[in-house]
Amino acid sequence: MEHITKRFPGVLACDDISIHVGEGEVLALVGENGAGKTTLMNILMGLYQQDEGRILINGEEVRFRGPEDAFAAGLGMVHQQYMLVPNMTVTENVALGYQQAWKPLKLDLKMVRDRVIEISEHYGLQVNPDAYIWQLSVGEQQRVELVKTLCLGARFLILDEPTSALTPQETDELILLLKRMKDELSIIFISHKLNEVKALSNKVTILRHGKVVFNGETDDYSPQEIAALMTGHEVQLPENKEPDMHGAPALVLKDVCVRSDRGFLALDGLDLTVHEGEIVGLAGVSGNGQRELAEAINGLRSVERGTITFFGVNLANKNPYYVIDHGMGYIPEERNVEGIVPPFAIRENFILKDSDRERFSHLSFLKKKSIEENAKRLRDDFDIRCPGTSTSAGSLSGGNIQKVILAREITRAPKFLIAVYPTRGLDMGAIEFIHRELLKKRREGIGILLVSEELDEIINLSDRIAVIYKGKIQKVLPHAEANRRNLGILMAGVNEDE
Amino acid sequence: MKMSRTFKFVYKLGIMLVAALAALLMASIILWMIGADVSQTFYTICFLPLTKTLHMTEVLIRAIPLCILALGISIAYRSGIINIGAEGQMAMGVLAFTAVALAAPDLPRPLLLPMALLAGVLGGGLWGFIPGILKAKLKVSELLSTVMLNYIAAQFYTFCLRVLMLDPAEKMTGSGTPQSMRLTANIELGRLSGRLHYGLFIALVLAVLVYLLMWKTTFGYKMRAAGSQDRAARYGGINVSKYLAISMIISGGFAGLAGGIEIAGVHRRAIEGVTNNYGFSGVVVALFGGLHPAGIVPASFLFGLLIYGSTLAPTRVGVPANIVQVMQGLIIIVIVTAQMVLSNKYLEARMCRRWNALFHKQKEVA
Repeated sequence: MEHITKRFPGVLACDDISIHVGEGEVLALVGENGAGKTTLMNILMGLYQQDEGRILINGEEVRFRGPEDAFAAGLGMVHQQYMLVPNMTVTENVALGYQQAWKPLKLDLKMVRDRVIEISEHYGLQVNPDAYIWQLSVGEQQRVELVKTLCLGARFLILDEPTSALTPQETDELILLLKRMKDELSIIFISHKLNEVKALSNKVTILRHGKVVFNGETDDYSPQEIAALMTGHEVQLPENKEPDMHGAPALVLKDVCVRSDRGFLALDGLDLTVHEGEIVGLAGVSGNGQRELAEAINGLRSVERGTITFFGVNLANKNPYYVIDHGMGYIPEERNVEGIVPPFAIRENFILKDSDRERFSHLSFLKKKSIEENAKRLRDDFDIRCPGTSTSAGSLSGGNIQKVILAREITRAPKFLIAVYPTRGLDMGAIEFIHRELLKKRREGIGILLVSEELDEIINLSDRIAVIYKGKIQKVLPHAEANRRNLGILMAGVNEDE
Repeated sequence: MKMSRTFKFVYKLGIMLVAALAALLMASIILWMIGADVSQTFYTICFLPLTKTLHMTEVLIRAIPLCILALGISIAYRSGIINIGAEGQMAMGVLAFTAVALAAPDLPRPLLLPMALLAGVLGGGLWGFIPGILKAKLKVSELLSTVMLNYIAAQFYTFCLRVLMLDPAEKMTGSGTPQSMRLTANIELGRLSGRLHYGLFIALVLAVLVYLLMWKTTFGYKMRAAGSQDRAARYGGINVSKYLAISMIISGGFAGLAGGIEIAGVHRRAIEGVTNNYGFSGVVVALFGGLHPAGIVPASFLFGLLIYGSTLAPTRVGVPANIVQVMQGLIIIVIVTAQMVLSNKYLEARMCRRWNALFHKQKEVA
């Protein structure tokens, strides 16, 4: 790709970008949220048309009018959000884009099925061609995406943040798999996670604000150097090395049982205590009850048995308003649909929990001026990059949406904070910011329950680490005793004491 | 890149003109095929009603119920429930209004008229509450429940007019139109000119009130939050099912009020067919008006114009009302499409670059 330029209304998404990838090479494309990585790849796949510049494949200029042209040229992309139909089988999903199988009046599913098996054996990608997509875990769904792309004859793979939704184990498997595959394919790999970039890629290109700021061989640079180039300044993730602050118990869960949406016991007699002024990290492979735990505490899910004592009050089976009113702050897992009302302006999202309070309304009439002042202050304090406070929150990038939520939750002056996957999918700069804010709250004597699957994040920030497995706390370790190895073993459900 | 004012104006005007031409062309082809006088038909539908006061008042009396219905529908829509049951809610409002008027014809007007209108609101509100609470508590699709309740309301309406409220004189004369007896003068809304009644002001005041409610109060804020993203609203401590049910009561209440005003202002008795598909047109008006009072008021006028125009066409130019309805459908689709094109910012930016290139080139030449 040479001199690619793409404009969106009011934004220059790609500004004269050139990249090239050789056969059998892995190029890592890194950059902060909104740096233009995904836009660039969408141009390469023919989803957008570039305004300027050209694309060359094997020295020949090509022009893709749509994704079909890109497929035909041997390009394939696995998107961040998987493009699979949940109530169809793996074979049927692959058949959707598989032109050869579409005969007049007949869809040759058997041929597709054979091809799926052939590809999965060739690359060591285990998939069951007859499974329905909804039955598969996120990691398995990703393998289906890969098989689908390869079945369509891709020789050149584009992976957009392939590990953002995977568990640590699944991530390691994927990296191994891609390492094997790169002998036969060229790969562009978009990621925030620099250790993965180090492990997999030959070359690295860094984008910032739509421009290439760095090009080089991966082996010559350390993750810290790449991170600094990416954000434009030295990134040092903070660590919790501060004196012990912890005070009285703030949140005490006793024998809590909660059912999941599918009806099984997602929490099965869970006990956990978090004190004031301490960060308790809840480590675990996602899907072991973390979501249900956060929802049960916040009144969004009914509790079958047990008590949730919050400063002496039982929160079990209370409504969300009651929980908020008692001083709970909550950064939810799904920031785009739960943490914000997407079409609402940023300033409206800031008062989501407080529209009734005298500060923002009088006799149920909203106070326009104080809402606006509040929004301007939070925008500046939390460095939320947006055209204005009336911009709809849903149009912001993931990192800025998370900052909106964080700003709201922290400035409401909560007595306690629950943060669920607070940095998932964010770039280093945003992660650093959020970590610092969490530590600042701890210094103020606020108790924090930090749910995460990033072990580094948990180890860096927590005073104590609880490992959740199948709806129970497996073990609680003090910070000094925890390391990646013993946490990993506990997360897998093995308890050495037993 | 800055977009100049001139460009924006030319761009918007250009697209609206293209849309209008497309609608005109398609409608002309249809008219030409049935052998009608094309220009005369257009004049009759779009301009003739604007030329005389009498015509204008007829347009406005159609716009009044449309406006009130669309305001109510927009409240429900903003709160996350699509109310296509306004037709039934309006019928229930008419019945409740008529029942009060028949039951206490001797009460003085300052008492009876508000009481009857309130009954209309309650009748429609009850009919809106049923799908509202079903959706809030049991997640019953409102598309299903409101349409089914429309059927029930329509049959109940007919039953009432033919049995319970049937005009006693009807048994003697037997004109064949099921209707109630003429209601007491104490429920009549005053008239401004022709058949145009004070409901016009009620509709305009309601438009202002809806704007204040939805955009200036915490109540409206919560309803809009619940409608835009219910999970985020629930997370924020908003009782989503409560606001869903309330929004449907309000929506139904507006429909019932529209029914009551229609009787009090225009017909002065309950007649079959009084709802006149207003409940369905109201959905179109609400969407067409961008679910905002400032859009709904002009949109209801436009639709009042089209509906009235279609009643003129058969007698003036011999074009059947059915064909006029086909043309209306075409015009609406074209205008809505044009609105979508206008909201496409990508297209606007691209056109702006072309415009600038063209403009600068001309400058160089000069």
